[in-house]
Amino acid sequence: MTEKTNLIAGVTGDWEIVIGLEVHAQVTSDAKLFSGAATTFGAEPNTQVSLVDAAMPGMLPVINWKCVEQAVRTGLGLKAQINRYSVFDRKNYFYPDLPQGYQISQYLQPIVGEGEIEIDLEGGAVKTVGIERLHLEQDAGKSLHDQHPDLSFVDLNRSGVALMEIVSRPDMHSAGEAQAYVKKLRAILRYLGTCDGNMEQGSMRADVNVSVRKPGDELGTRCEIKNVNSIRFIGQAIEHEARRQIDVIEDGGKINQETRLFDPKRGETRSMRSKEEAHDYRYFPDPDLLPLTFSAEFVDDIARTLPELPDDKKKRFMDDYGLSAYDAGVLVSEAENADFFELAAKGRDAKATANMVIGSVFAGLNKAGLTIADSPVQAEQVGQLVDLISDQTISSRIAKDVFDLMFDEGSDQGRDPSDIVEEKGLKQVTDTGAIEAAVDAVIAANPDKVEQAKAKPKMAGWFVGQVMQSTGGKANPQAVNQLVLAKLGIEDQ
Amino acid sequence: MVRRIAGLARIQVAEEKLPGLARELSAILGFVEQLSEVDTQGVHPYTSPVETQIKARADEVTDGGYPDDILANAPEKDDGYFAVPKVVE
Amino acid sequence: MTQDSDLTRLTLAQARDGLRAKSFSAQELTRSFIDRVAASDKLNAYILATPELALEAATRSDKRLADGDARPLEGLPIGVKDLFCTSGVRTTACSDILGDFTPTYESKVTENLWQDGALMLGKLNNDEFAMGSSNETSAFGPCINPWQTDDKTPLVPGGSSGGSSAAVAARLGLAATATDTGGSIRQPAALTGTVGLKPTYGRCSRWGIVAFASSLDQAGPIARTVRDSAIMLTSMAGHDARDTTSADISVPDFEAALTGDIRGLRVGVPQEYRVDAMPSEIETLWQQGMDWMRDAGAEIVDVSLPHTKYALPAYYIIAPAEASSNLARYDGVRYGARKPGADIDDMYAQTRGAGFGEEVQRRLLIGTYALSAGYYDAYYLKALQVRRLIAQDFEKAYEKCDVLLTPTTPSAAFALDKAQADPLEMYLNDVFTVTVNLAGLPGISVPAGLDANGLPLGLQLIGKAFGEEELLRAAEVLETAAGFSSEPTEWWNAS
Repeated sequence: MTEKTNLIAGVTGDWEIVIGLEVHAQVTSDAKLFSGAATTFGAEPNTQVSLVDAAMPGMLPVINWKCVEQAVRTGLGLKAQINRYSVFDRKNYFYPDLPQGYQISQYLQPIVGEGEIEIDLEGGAVKTVGIERLHLEQDAGKSLHDQHPDLSFVDLNRSGVALMEIVSRPDMHSAGEAQAYVKKLRAILRYLGTCDGNMEQGSMRADVNVSVRKPGDELGTRCEIKNVNSIRFIGQAIEHEARRQIDVIEDGGKINQETRLFDPKRGETRSMRSKEEAHDYRYFPDPDLLPLTFSAEFVDDIARTLPELPDDKKKRFMDDYGLSAYDAGVLVSEAENADFFELAAKGRDAKATANMVIGSVFAGLNKAGLTIADSPVQAEQVGQLVDLISDQTISSRIAKDVFDLMFDEGSDQGRDPSDIVEEKGLKQVTDTGAIEAAVDAVIAANPDKVEQAKAKPKMAGWFVGQVMQSTGGKANPQAVNQLVLAKLGIEDQ
Repeated sequence: MVRRIAGLARIQVAEEKLPGLARELSAILGFVEQLSEVDTQGVHPYTSPVETQIKARADEVTDGGYPDDILANAPEKDDGYFAVPKVVE
Repeated sequence: MTQDSDLTRLTLAQARDGLRAKSFSAQELTRSFIDRVAASDKLNAYILATPELALEAATRSDKRLADGDARPLEGLPIGVKDLFCTSGVRTTACSDILGDFTPTYESKVTENLWQDGALMLGKLNNDEFAMGSSNETSAFGPCINPWQTDDKTPLVPGGSSGGSSAAVAARLGLAATATDTGGSIRQPAALTGTVGLKPTYGRCSRWGIVAFASSLDQAGPIARTVRDSAIMLTSMAGHDARDTTSADISVPDFEAALTGDIRGLRVGVPQEYRVDAMPSEIETLWQQGMDWMRDAGAEIVDVSLPHTKYALPAYYIIAPAEASSNLARYDGVRYGARKPGADIDDMYAQTRGAGFGEEVQRRLLIGTYALSAGYYDAYYLKALQVRRLIAQDFEKAYEKCDVLLTPTTPSAAFALDKAQADPLEMYLNDVFTVTVNLAGLPGISVPAGLDANGLPLGLQLIGKAFGEEELLRAAEVLETAAGFSSEPTEWWNAS
């Protein structure tokens, strides 16, 4: 059931969006699906093209077994049915960047069948989205339409690169759910090492199927928004498309089943003229390729090498480290982030470490536009910093300053926190005599405030602040607090 | 029918040839109609005379790197790309 | 040149032995053929002669022969069907759509031949994309059969490998490569008095051969004798990692299989091949073939191939369906002759409308229709199921026999334009050959006699999968018994 909050208001009442996604994920492999040409991104045009990829007369496909392994691995990661007998079909259509005039894909008998993904929603809720299937197929080349006034240019470097098309069930009902699905899918693929998930380079893109209906009604006519290449755009495209469809229907119109394109500059979808013709792909089994078969042992061998996946890791972080669902979710979103945290937390207070990793490290990286691999502060150093707080060498406030010195560009960047603390004399003052003297000094200098505080105990905080200031923040805040209360004669609350 | 199929196959057929072609095609289709006499209940379709396991290649870069060969026969090329009449999406 | 010293009269085996014995040089042999090719324009067998390349290769062969470093086919000049991609030499499949396409690569089969020392005289005519049984659909115009009746009417050499069969019959090469999708090696061989061998599917690599119907296409030789065919196949065959449907099994020396001894061989005669309206002389020849085999010690066995009748209809779904997809790559984008259009789709339609001939268009439309939404199950799937029944017919027959004996064609060579009027009638030429492709089996046509008009007729032997040794052994016995020695008169020779 759709939650009330997912409904969109229209003039005729509330509407429900129904979303299904077909995600095209580039298989991580050195060579293409059916040829020995390279798959690296950004090469000069037509340099990573074999005779097979250019569909020269008489050329034949030979499957790259790594891509089969990767598909099985992904299927296992999606808890899906693995089909030990699958068939490559030809999907026939004409397009300048489709050299063969057909795409080798899998139609009736895909390599992976039904599976599921748990997606994490805002507020910590979890929802299961069904996976209908995953199949292997070839990518097309790339057409450039803006290089010449009368011509389109074709680069076949991508032609023949292996893709996994992962098809969800229409189980999502808001832009947020669709985005959470893509995020989770991307995390799983990255954990598995089967797709780098790099949406900017086109390693992952989504065809978004959107329809609207009145809650409880039959499914509406859907439109497919092709090739949306960022999570943000997926959200924008869904919101715009749902609104458009509601407006059309409420104005008495009908939705035509069609392919649409999302224009990020305008934030809207528009009909694709070139795809208007009714499709008849004339799928049939590719006579150049025998059925794809493999043994149960082959699947078992892959299953044995599967890493811990995000959901399991999250559960373990909650169970073993006592982290909140939210914190655990943030930490496991990327395998490298989770590894960083576990290294930092080893043998110390996991909650405090998680706070520092999320609040300082991730926040800093985010701001600087860096990934965890480029972090100037190492996991061990984060751990050391946590230790310095827990053994009361420094206060949390000083720790923040120390972290900034370690993280930001400058002479202290990347240094161990203990060295910085030592060198800059940032050690917390725990000597009660020294703190008492500082408290006495503040009390003596502010007799009027002392009177006020006796009437209004909350004023004690002002004294604590003054003492911390006069000690350069190094005084142990708890000791200061206790002394202030004692000296002012206020009962600890 | 012929016009639609010719469209799918991207073959320009002159208007005056359509009726003749339609006759020929329906004669051929009439001929193959005999197949419906055969009881094929439960018969597994035969897609290839080869019945062995699919053979595969290792994930190694062994090909490519010869753009001049790829473009050698191109009717129109520009700056290392194939060039075609502008496609409007 | 006297007949005795005419090197082109030699069989491939004789020429090979003559070169080794230094009776003549590869250059002399090659020049003899180049001269004959140059004088053969009326046949239109060669659509592109490559005499310079041939002579260069012959010079290299002479060096090897002199050095005692001769390879199996050293210095032997042959012709190549234009379906085989040849590096640096225009390859068109005899279609306008390929324009002046010049591959930068060599087909595996021709590469095997060149590596064994053979050399190419040029590219041979064929039906456009191998679609035809008369060589009349070629964009280069029809190839003419060297054989004529007394009335001098131009006859077809069969197809699709009409250029290959005509060239071998007219001694314009010691042998020729060919391809067979529904009978395209055996039928033209039968119509020209030559030997045509279609190997088991997977025996030769399809890599670099312009595809017509991927699950049916197979390369093989057309030659003057069974022995020459065996020698050619030994070099052409072999596993190729680039064609995963090619068989990963070793290639025997097929010539060594020709022992002449077929005692105890069980020769099956399928009753369903006695089709209505079969000319009596073909029936008589077939009976004679059985007698020859029996006389040589074989046992004649009646067998049944009950689904034979459905082979042609199944073929005329499966082959066009695969072709409609295989030929989608000819779109004027990366190679071939482009015709301008108002937009990209119009460019495709203009290019393909102008570039493909009528028969190719017909088959592409049939294939497109058979695969289109709503018709797939009734046509394509049904045809694939019938195909299995046909293959099973052969399996059952081979429980009772070792090879099958049938006529190759329902008639001798026919006049040009005769069948063009009715595509269906043309398709019937494949009635005895097409089952073999559907089942992926090897078949060979051997010249066995002349019809009343003095035109050659062939008998077909069909073997078990990868049973080419047994098949060739039987074929040689049949060839010897038939003793076919007639030759066409050289009406075409311009020299």
